[in-house]
This record gives sequence, structure tokens and C-alpha cells, in this order.
Amino acid sequence: MAHEDDPLEHERASWKPSPGLAVAVSDPVSNPGLPPHRARVTDKDPAAMQRAVRTVYTLFYLSIAGSIWAVAAYMLFPIESGRIIDIRNNNLFIGLGIAFALLAIGLGAIHWSKAVMSDKEFVEPRHATRGRDTTREAAIQAFADANEESGFGRRVMIRNSLIAAVVASVVPGVVLFRGLAPFNSPDNPHAGDPVYLLEHTMWKKGMRLAHDPSGEPIRAADLTLGSAVHVIPEELATVSHSDGYLEEKAKALVLLVRLLPEQLTESEERKDWSYNGIVAYSKVCTHVGCPVALYEQQTHHLLCPCHQSQFDVTDHAKVIFGPAARPLPQLPITVDADGYLVAQSDFTEPVGPSFWERH
Amino acid sequence: MAPASTTGRDKPLGGRFIGATANYIDERTSLSGFVKELGRKIFPDHWSFMLGEIALWAFVVVLLSGTFLTFFFQASMVETHYNGAFLPMRGIEMSAAMSSTLNISFDIRGGLLVRQMHHWAALVFVAGIGVHMLRVFFTGAFRKPRELNWVIGFILFILAMAEGFTGYSLPDDVLSGNGLRIIDGMVKGIPLIGTWTSFLLFGGEFPGSAIVGRLYTLHILLLPAILVGLLVVHLMLMVINKHTQFAGAGRTNSVVVGYPMMPVYMSKMGGFLFITFGVIVLIASLFTINPIWNYGPYDPSPVSAGTQPDWYIGFADGMLRLIPPGWEVVFLDRTWSFNILVPLGVIGIFIVLVLIYPFIEAWVTGDKREHHIAQRPRNAATRTAIGAAGVTMYAVMWAAASSDIIATHFWLTMEGVIHTLQALLILGPIIAYFVTKRICIALQKKDREIALHGYESGRIVRLPGGEYIEVHQPVDEYERFKLADFDTYEPLVVRPNAKGRIPWHENFRSSISRWFFEDRLTPVTQSELDAALAHQHHDLEHVAAEEDLELQGAHERAGVPDAPHTPIDDGRNSEVPVRPSNVIIPEPEPGTKAPKNREKESDQ
Amino acid sequence: MVRETTRRSKGRRSPWAAAALIGIGLLITGGVYAGASAAMAATTPETTASSALTADDGKKLFQANCATCHGLNVQGTADGPSLYGVGELAVHFQMSTGRMPLQMQGPQAPQKPVQFTDEQITAIGEYIQSIAPGPTFPEDEVLDGGGNAAEGGELFRINCAMCHNVAGAGGALTEGKYAPNLHTTTPLNMYAAMVTGPQNMPVFNDMTLTTEEKRDIITYLLYLQDNESAGGFSLGSLGPVSEGLFIWIFGIGSLIAITVWITAKSN
Repeated sequence: MAHEDDPLEHERASWKPSPGLAVAVSDPVSNPGLPPHRARVTDKDPAAMQRAVRTVYTLFYLSIAGSIWAVAAYMLFPIESGRIIDIRNNNLFIGLGIAFALLAIGLGAIHWSKAVMSDKEFVEPRHATRGRDTTREAAIQAFADANEESGFGRRVMIRNSLIAAVVASVVPGVVLFRGLAPFNSPDNPHAGDPVYLLEHTMWKKGMRLAHDPSGEPIRAADLTLGSAVHVIPEELATVSHSDGYLEEKAKALVLLVRLLPEQLTESEERKDWSYNGIVAYSKVCTHVGCPVALYEQQTHHLLCPCHQSQFDVTDHAKVIFGPAARPLPQLPITVDADGYLVAQSDFTEPVGPSFWERH
Repeated sequence: MAPASTTGRDKPLGGRFIGATANYIDERTSLSGFVKELGRKIFPDHWSFMLGEIALWAFVVVLLSGTFLTFFFQASMVETHYNGAFLPMRGIEMSAAMSSTLNISFDIRGGLLVRQMHHWAALVFVAGIGVHMLRVFFTGAFRKPRELNWVIGFILFILAMAEGFTGYSLPDDVLSGNGLRIIDGMVKGIPLIGTWTSFLLFGGEFPGSAIVGRLYTLHILLLPAILVGLLVVHLMLMVINKHTQFAGAGRTNSVVVGYPMMPVYMSKMGGFLFITFGVIVLIASLFTINPIWNYGPYDPSPVSAGTQPDWYIGFADGMLRLIPPGWEVVFLDRTWSFNILVPLGVIGIFIVLVLIYPFIEAWVTGDKREHHIAQRPRNAATRTAIGAAGVTMYAVMWAAASSDIIATHFWLTMEGVIHTLQALLILGPIIAYFVTKRICIALQKKDREIALHGYESGRIVRLPGGEYIEVHQPVDEYERFKLADFDTYEPLVVRPNAKGRIPWHENFRSSISRWFFEDRLTPVTQSELDAALAHQHHDLEHVAAEEDLELQGAHERAGVPDAPHTPIDDGRNSEVPVRPSNVIIPEPEPGTKAPKNREKESDQ
Repeated sequence: MVRETTRRSKGRRSPWAAAALIGIGLLITGGVYAGASAAMAATTPETTASSALTADDGKKLFQANCATCHGLNVQGTADGPSLYGVGELAVHFQMSTGRMPLQMQGPQAPQKPVQFTDEQITAIGEYIQSIAPGPTFPEDEVLDGGGNAAEGGELFRINCAMCHNVAGAGGALTEGKYAPNLHTTTPLNMYAAMVTGPQNMPVFNDMTLTTEEKRDIITYLLYLQDNESAGGFSLGSLGPVSEGLFIWIFGIGSLIAITVWITAKSN
């Protein structure tokens, strides 16, 4: 291919593209030209051609049958009963009808083009993608004339100020998209402050821990060794969806587990954050935010199913495997006068995935 | 007065009505010019050229099924209760998005079918783009003049992935909702702009009540518009540049050999559209996909074991899983999340390298000619090896996304799986590169040997001198040309420029070109071929003469000395173990004896 | 080089003789085996033990089969924990799923063919229960599958799906452990697992999940077991991984095969 008298290269008088590092072969293998046309069975035998033609239109007619079947299936397999088997049948039979109808058309068309249509190969010359020299000259002249007549190239002030104006006109449109997120307002003084929102959850001193999703408060005595309870703040049940139920829940999720007190390794400042071996950790993974819900009762490990980060409940939920980088935040808990588990305060650090402003 | 016929026909083609219609349209749209240019355009025929069509027709299915769904889907996160037929979801509080998806699945006849068609077609769409891209890469079809088309195509790939992601997040179920949570976590990890980008994207805190509607706008308006626009440009460029084709007899860089658009290609492409459509509908009628009724409405609390994104996002999820623990620092009062930045960086670099690869290769080779002959992968050994390394790396990242499922299904520990994949991420591409490069060069040597010396026929012949040879059958001239017609490149030898200096980038280019082209074969020349052919013919005649003598001897021993010598291998019917010779001893006439075996008798 | 074409000399044996001989041989061997195993089945202790086994029989069974690991006095050894207070429910769960007796130490006791009859398991359970009372069998109503499937599903997704997968297809835990699939679990064993928390499964006592809530969860799981996936074959209910694998192998595979057919020259 490095060899031939390539008309593409010689089409343009002034254009001799460099072959670069291509090895120039002085004596390349010569092209024997198109091989002789090999007749197909359908070309040689009229009976075979007839058979092929029959196959093609039979397939097309069968396709019509398939379409009719699909329409019939739509009517014969109702789903209003609500039974799953009805949905399955409806799905299956309409689908098979449509699939058959389409496949039959496709197979027929392909068979037609392969066996019946002429299979003579054609040779078509390519044209160089580059325009003719005269065309390029004309294009350049067009620009030159326009430049001359407008003075675009000469009148620098006009040109530069135009570019600046067009760029500037885009900016208000971009700024409008600030509206994608809320601003602070008298009703919601922090609604437009993402860092504040990330740093605070619903938990407050004295707020009871409750079952997810029922909102029933939890007594310390309810937990046995080996229990894992999914917890939300008791007040959350009163928040409606339009008031931010899911947003608050996404930060306030907690997992409550009970161990033997001697199994817990606790730092000095966190000694009173647990109650009798009952510890509460944020359920939001510090990697990218999935719920860390898997609790292994005997190993006391928490596993996040999304990217397999593992946390050790006996040791401040520190990371022991996987891509998470920070231990799960711990919720300080204690017990109120009635024996219900309550939070001592909000989390002392932002929960969930890291963000730039977190320190 | 009827207008005079301009075509020289006495009757309009297709009848008077068709003729009048065509005339009407042409007089208003110049359609005849279009038909003249494109109607009999020649396209080359090879199965690997149809892979892009898999993507194209799957996209048509996606568009059609998606349009149906938009009449029923409600992209709203307003809370409602599902009251349809599916029992385990009845009465559950959920967003209108989820509820309308359940309605489509359980309360509209054929709704589930269309939903499944849409999702399966989306998977086929991206997979089709993937195999198409691989074909273009490994055959060098991205070289001039198609570099821009490669860039456009790759952008289409990214857009298709984005379409898929926005699409499966629309039902607001637990699986895709956790996927959005992961995206949110990743965005938050980006320095400077991350927290605010997440805030703007979700319209406040996660999950907010805006995201599904916004993804819907992206999914049915913005992304499809850009996608269709770029797709049109992509196809137009393909028509303007004409399709590449593999080397072969009668094919040169300046011609296209193949079949015309009308009728053959129209029929084949149209047929393939229906087949792709049919296959997708068949799969949709038999196999469940995305059973959102099992996942339930999104809530931050539940999560399913086996939480993965759709396959085409898998490589990103897998890359996240492969990062070891603790990759985060607090520096200058700010958190630097390298466990997120490193995956983003690796994927970003990977994408950029793939995007600009045609320009890298163009710079290395300095070859400014137009290339319309597709290369066989073996003939571009370094590129193929680089591609294999890239595919391996992608495959390792992709496999990592299912690390927990690999662990349960193959009785391994998830830790073992992840550690192995971490090692393979680095070692795999390196090993793949070296193995592939060596295989390519070995295949080139094999090709050269076949072109010059013919293929090994498997027939062992013993010459009178006692030596055994295997007969090599020559390939015909068409096959020879196919094997020998390819470009070879050699490394750059740097020379000082006019100022007597060698710029650093020329040195750099020289070392890269050495890496690319140092290991190469010399191209076969015509004189080499002629010499080899003459030698072959001489050898074959020699062998044929020996065989003839053998045959004659066998015939004499069998008592039929005058039987004709049908050659054992006439190029069509070669010998097989049960028919070592064409000589059959005839049954003796009744009443006569079998001819004597003279060889046996002479031994006595 | 020359071959004589001769025809096989005909014997008196029919060409079908060999096939018939093999067939008769197989029938005889199979028949003998079937008869023998039927005879053996007829003599299993099932029919002879017409009277129920007692806790005392349970103790003997325990000491013969379980004490090596769990201690002669149920106190536990290095190889197996103490069974004080596990209750007959735990015994039923572990033994009726074949997990116990454990074949070898490993990350987790796998389910395998059941080694004991129902009576024997009940007897051992009575014995264990008599030593130290623990979780026992629930009311029939809890297992009847008449609870609220929708609420059960919600509870299942919050409490169970993270290990067992939303459709009960099972999932991975750390270090080679796993949560098994729930496709064939009996309602009693569903209840038993929740209450006894086998191995690394957490314990769901009646304050964590009330009896009514357990009933709902069991109802939901039974619904999953009784109803096939609405869209067709479920591909294991494993989600996008199996969907992606399927589409690449069968979808793209068949489409590429079809492109090879389309562009192949017609015969």
C-alpha cells in the first residue's frame, strides 16, 4: 500500500502528504485485481432461486401472522386481576408475537439481499477529502473578500469588543442556574448554606432513639447481645416528606448494637458515649454515603455493601478494610428516666461522605 | 401540455402516480441530487463493519420505546401512594416517579414489555458502541481523515453512558437511589467546587425533591438532542469519508469495493434493524430486568446486597472499590479525599488518552496521507498491544464492581477478590501488553511464511532419499495479496535541524517511535514472492512426480497397471485418512479370481 | 497405498445384538438397585419408631453426634460453642437445614443434606431446651403467611436486604462468610433465624421486630417464593451484574453471530 500509484495523492497538484515513518517499498506486491465472480447456487439453479424467493415471502407473511398474534395476545392476556402470572403471560405472549414479527421481516430481508439480489461487486473511486486547489482558493478568496469589506481583521477595536460582548452575554444565563439550590431565608436561615447543613443533624440532647420506620422509641432493655437495630430520631416520624423527611433521615440514620462492655475499646473522652455496652454509630458510610447496614454479630464488624468498607464496632467503628477513610461518627447516647435510649447531643462531627470544607 | 419527458423513458418508473409524486417532491426539494449521490453508493462488506449498526439500531429501539414510556411516566418526587395491582407495594408511600413506573409495569398492558425493551436496548446500545469502538481502534480506522469522527464517536459513548445513568435513576428506587447517593458522595469529594456542585445538583440537601425531574430533563431533552446531533454528524462524516475496508485483491486506498446502497445495503441494514429490534424484544419478553418492585421506593435506610450500577458504569464503581483504606488527609483545614480523587483521576486520564489516541499515533508516525485500508490488528503490533492493555485495565475495574458477587459465587473471600484485582490492575495490563505484542509479531511471521511458502497441508511425503517433508500448498494470488498488503513503519532517526539542534520533542518522538516500530517485519516484495513461488512450484512438481511414481507402483501391485492417475490432491478434494488413494480394486468378476498381489508374492 | 474394499463377513449375530445386550444389562442392574434401595427404605427406623422420641433419646443422640464439638454436658469446647439457652428453635434451625452436624471448620456452616429425621431433631431440641430454656416454637399464626406483605416488604428491606438481597438471593459478608438465599427456606426456619441469630446473623428479638412484624416479613418472603418474577426469568435476581453478563454473552454474542451470517457470501 505504500507503493501504488495512488490517484488520491496525485489528484491535487500541490498536495503531497508526507508518508512520515512509513517504510517505502520499492518493489511492492502487485494487486491481482478483483477475483472472478463466483456464481451462487441461486444464480446457477433457477429452482434454487425460486426456493429462495419463496422463503423470503413466506417469512414476510409469517411476520404478519406474528403481528396479528401480538394484537391477539394483548386482548387474550389481561392483567387487571393483579396476579403475577397474568403479568408474566401478557409480557411473554405479546413480546413473542412482536419479536417473531420483527425477526421474520429481518431474516427475510437478509435472505433476499444475500441469495436473491445481485451479488455483483462494484468498484467506486474515492475522492480525496481535501478540496480541490481551485475550491480552496475560492474559499480563501471568499473570506478575504468578506474581511476586506467588513474590515474585521483591520478594525481591531470592533473585533475585540464584539468577542468580549458575546462572551459576556452568556454570563447572566449561567448565573441564573444558581437558582438550582435554595437561598437563606427568614424561615430557613441555613437553607442556602450547604456546609452548615452538612454539619448538623436532627439529633439533639434528650431526643429518643426510635425504630426505623415505625418511630417507636427503644428501651435499653429491649436490646439483647447480638442485636442490631435500625434507628431514627423519634421526632423524625412527625416530619412530612415535603418538610424534608428524607433529607433529615439521610443524615440521622443510626445503627444500634449491643456488646459486652468489656468488648468495647473506648477512648477517654468517649467513655460515657455508650450505655452498658450499647453503642450507636452513624449508619451513613464515610466513603460515599451508602447505608452501612450489615452487622456481623460474632465478629462485631460493620460492612457497607456498596464498596465493601468494613468498620470495627469494638473500636470506634474504625476502618479495617475497603476504601473508606474515616471511622463512622458515634452518637453519644444515654438513658432517660423511663429507660429509653436518648441522644446526649448531636454528632460531634459531620456524618456521611467527606466534603472539601470538612476539617 | 404535459411536460416533456427529461429522462428518455416512455413510461415513468414505478407508474404514473409514483412518477408524479417524485416529480412534485423534486421540484420543491432537489431530492434527485441526493438520490443520485447516495442511491448507489458503494459500501464494503465485512461483519465487523456492522458493529456500529448494533448501536445505531439499539438506539432506535431506545428512542421508540422511550417515547411510549414518556406518555405514562411522571418525573416527580411528590409523595403519593401506590394503589395498583402489585400487592407488596400497595399502600406504600413513594414518589410519583416510582408509582408511575409501577403502574407502567403492572397496570398497563404491555407496559412492562416496553419498559424492559427500553432497558435491555440501552444495555445493547452501549455494548454496541463498545464493540464498534474496539473494532475501529484495532483496525486503525481512526487514522486520517477519520480522527474527528473518532472524537465524536467517543463523545457519543460518554453521552450514551450518561443517558443510561440518568435513565435508570428515574424510577427513584432503592438501587438507583443508592447509586445517586454514591454520585453525590463522589461529587462532594471534589475539591473547591464539590460541596456546592452537589448542593446545586440536588437542589439542596440529598436527596431533595428535584433530582428526578432534573435527570428527566437531561434524559429526554438535552442529552438525546446532543446525542442525535452528534450521531448525524458522525454518520455524515462516514458517508463523506466513505467507509474503510480491509486489504484484498482489487482493493486499493483509492477505491471502495462492495455493494450498492440500493438495493443490497438498504436491505441488509434494514434487515439488521428488524433483527436487532426482534432480538431485543425477544429478550424483553423472556427475561426480567431492573425489577424495581423488589427494590422498593428510595429511602436512605435500606440497601440491597449486591448493589451495582448498570454494566457500563461498572468500571467506575469497581475503581472506587479497589482503593485501599485511609486515603484521605486534612490539610490546610480542608479535606482532600484521595480515595475519590484517585479513581476520578485514573478514569479521567484513561478517557483522555483514548480520546486523543489518533493524534498521538499521527504525531508518532508523521504519516499525513489518507488511510482507507483497515489494518489487521496483527500488523499494528504495538497499537494492538496497547489496546489489549487498555481493555485489560477496563476489565479489571469492571470485574471489581462485582467483587462481592464473585466472592459468593466462587466460594472466595471478598477481601481475596479485591486484593487480587488490586494487583491485576497494575500487572494485568503489563502482562497483556507483552503477551499481545509477541502474539502479533508471531502472527505476522506466520502470515509471511504462508504468503511465501504456502500453508502446511498436513500431508507428509517421504522422498526417495529417505527424508520426510510436509507438503506446503501455495495460497492463490488473491490470498497472497491479502496477506502481504500492509504498511510498515520504522523508527525515527533524529537529525539536527537547520540550526544544528535536535529539539527535545524530536528526541521524544524518536524514542516513542522506537517503542512502536522497533520490532517489525520487513515487507514482502514482489520479487521475493516471485522467487518463492518459483521455488514452490519446483518443489511441488518434484513431489507430484514422486507421488505419480508411487501411484503407478501401487497400481502395478494391485494388478491394474493401466488405471488412470487421479491426483490425490487436486486442490479441491484433498486426501483424507480413510481415502489415501483414489484407486479402488474392482470386485473380481464372478467366476474369476482376484488379481494377484505381486508384492506379496515376490516376498515368498 | 491400495486398499481392498471388502465387506464385513456376515455372522449370525444381528447388528442390534450389542445394543440389546447393553440395554438388558442396564435394566437388570438398575432394577436390582431400585429393588434393594426400596427394601432398605422399608426398613428405616421411620416405620419402626412408631412411638415419639423423648428428650432422653435426644440426649443420647446429642452425646453420640454433637458432643465432640459441643461438649458432653453442652458446655462447649474449642471446636464448638456452648448451647446453653440456645433453645429448641435453634436446634431445629441448624439441624433441619443440615448445617449441623458441621462437616469441617470454615468461615461459615453451609447448608447441606439433612442428617437426621424430624423426630430425632425434635428430640435433640427437647433435650437442649430441658437443660436451659431458650427460644421455642411460635404460634401457628405467625407462620401462616396471612400477614401484610407490603409492610413485611418494607421491614425486610430495612432489616434484611442488606445481607440477603432485596429478593432474598443472598449476599456476601466479610472473610468468606455469606448470607444464604431464602428461596427454599421454610416459614419456621425464617422465624427461627430471626429469633436465634445463627452465626453472624444478628438477633431479632420481639422488641426489635414484634411477632406481628415477623409474621409480615414471613408473609413477604412467602410471596417472593410463590410468585415468579413478573418480567420473565429472573437471572438469579442478582441485579445489574447478571443482566450485564447476560446481555454481553447472549445479546451481543447473538447479534455479532448474526452480522457474520449477514456478511457471509451466499452459498
